[in-house]
Amino acid sequence: MFVTSAFAQESAPAVEGGHPGTEGDTHSGTGVPAEAHGVFPPFDPATFPSQLLWLAITFGLFYLFLKKVVMPRVGGIIDVRNDRITQDLDHAARLKGEADAAVAAYEQELAEAKTKANAIGQQANDSAKAEAEAARKKVEAALDQKLGEAEARISSIKANAMKEVGTIAEDTASAIVEALVGGKASKAEIAAAVKSVAR
Amino acid sequence: MAADKVDPIHQFHINKLIPIEIGGYDLSFTNSALFMVATVAVASAFLYLTTSSRSLVPTRLQSVSEMAYEFVGNMLRDAAGTQGMKFFPLVFSLFMFVLVANLLGLFPYFFTVTSHIIVTFGLAALVIGTVVVYGFTKHGLGFLKLFVPHGVPVYLLPLVVLIEVISFVSRPVSLSVRLFANMLAGHITLKVFSGFVVSLSALGTLGIAGSVLPLAMAVALTALELLVAFLQAYVFAVLTCMYLNDALHPGH
Repeated sequence: MFVTSAFAQESAPAVEGGHPGTEGDTHSGTGVPAEAHGVFPPFDPATFPSQLLWLAITFGLFYLFLKKVVMPRVGGIIDVRNDRITQDLDHAARLKGEADAAVAAYEQELAEAKTKANAIGQQANDSAKAEAEAARKKVEAALDQKLGEAEARISSIKANAMKEVGTIAEDTASAIVEALVGGKASKAEIAAAVKSVAR
Repeated sequence: MAADKVDPIHQFHINKLIPIEIGGYDLSFTNSALFMVATVAVASAFLYLTTSSRSLVPTRLQSVSEMAYEFVGNMLRDAAGTQGMKFFPLVFSLFMFVLVANLLGLFPYFFTVTSHIIVTFGLAALVIGTVVVYGFTKHGLGFLKLFVPHGVPVYLLPLVVLIEVISFVSRPVSLSVRLFANMLAGHITLKVFSGFVVSLSALGTLGIAGSVLPLAMAVALTALELLVAFLQAYVFAVLTCMYLNDALHPGH
């Protein structure tokens, strides 16, 4: 230790007054300075009562002051700060929860609106298809009707024409018979003949 | 070394400022008592004034006070658990007292309260006294289990108990001597090296040039002593916490 080199080593038995042999044994630096007057000041028992008394007074007051004034105050400051931090964290957590709820509600509404829009679109599509179908059917029916009418007219025209063809053939046949034979064939015979040929 | 010129022991002398004598005891108000008062006043004023605004967001000095408070609080909680927090005022005032006394002692011409064995022994005796008194009131004779560790073979028990008793008894001694010796040795060394500067400078040009070395040493030692001032206050508080833990949980 530094102490040993700093001053002369001389054993000083029972310097400690009330505590003989304790410090002296563990600490080799116990001793008096080389100069002749008095003992080494830290080991001078004459100063012990005064130092102990004033240590007790000052440290006692210090202890009381810290215990009664300073520590409640510092502890209070730290507690208030911790409370404030916890409170703020809670507040933030609550706000976050609210924000999350708002997002969820928004998304739900969005989904609902989407399905609604899809439904409306589907409905419009369906009704448009149905209308188109109905219109097509109406047009087809009208066309079918016109086609029928036209076919009926064609067939009646055809029948009339065929009938006329018979008459012309009979006339022509009677004229040919007259010219060739010179006699007159009865109308009924000619008609029968034409019919048999036409068949 | 010219002991008559630069006396490294001079700084430890006790001078009576106000002589008081009661019942044959010399209870004078000395320079030591003056610096005890100064220590208490400086520490109290610092802690009181820096926290007076009670800011939610602390100023620098307020956070120093809060750091000291929480530092000692955590130290005590780690060593002695939450039950130990009832000793928080004691440990905190010991730490602050020792720390401020050590720091004040670093100023030139200031008296170092903790460089007197009786002062550190008084503080150590307070700690051990608290441990013994609290230990016996809380656990009764069960406190003596402190000296009987678990799981020791019976034939070894007398030896172990003897060792435990000796180690317990030497605690106040080691606690006080550690702090006292560190402060004493540091201040003597500082004084010796500073004394070299003065002595060498008196020898002329060559001496002044040579005095650079002890001057550098004195500067370095001042930094070291600043560290020691903090460290010894810390060590004192930590050991106090550990001894208080024994009073709370004597069964090892």
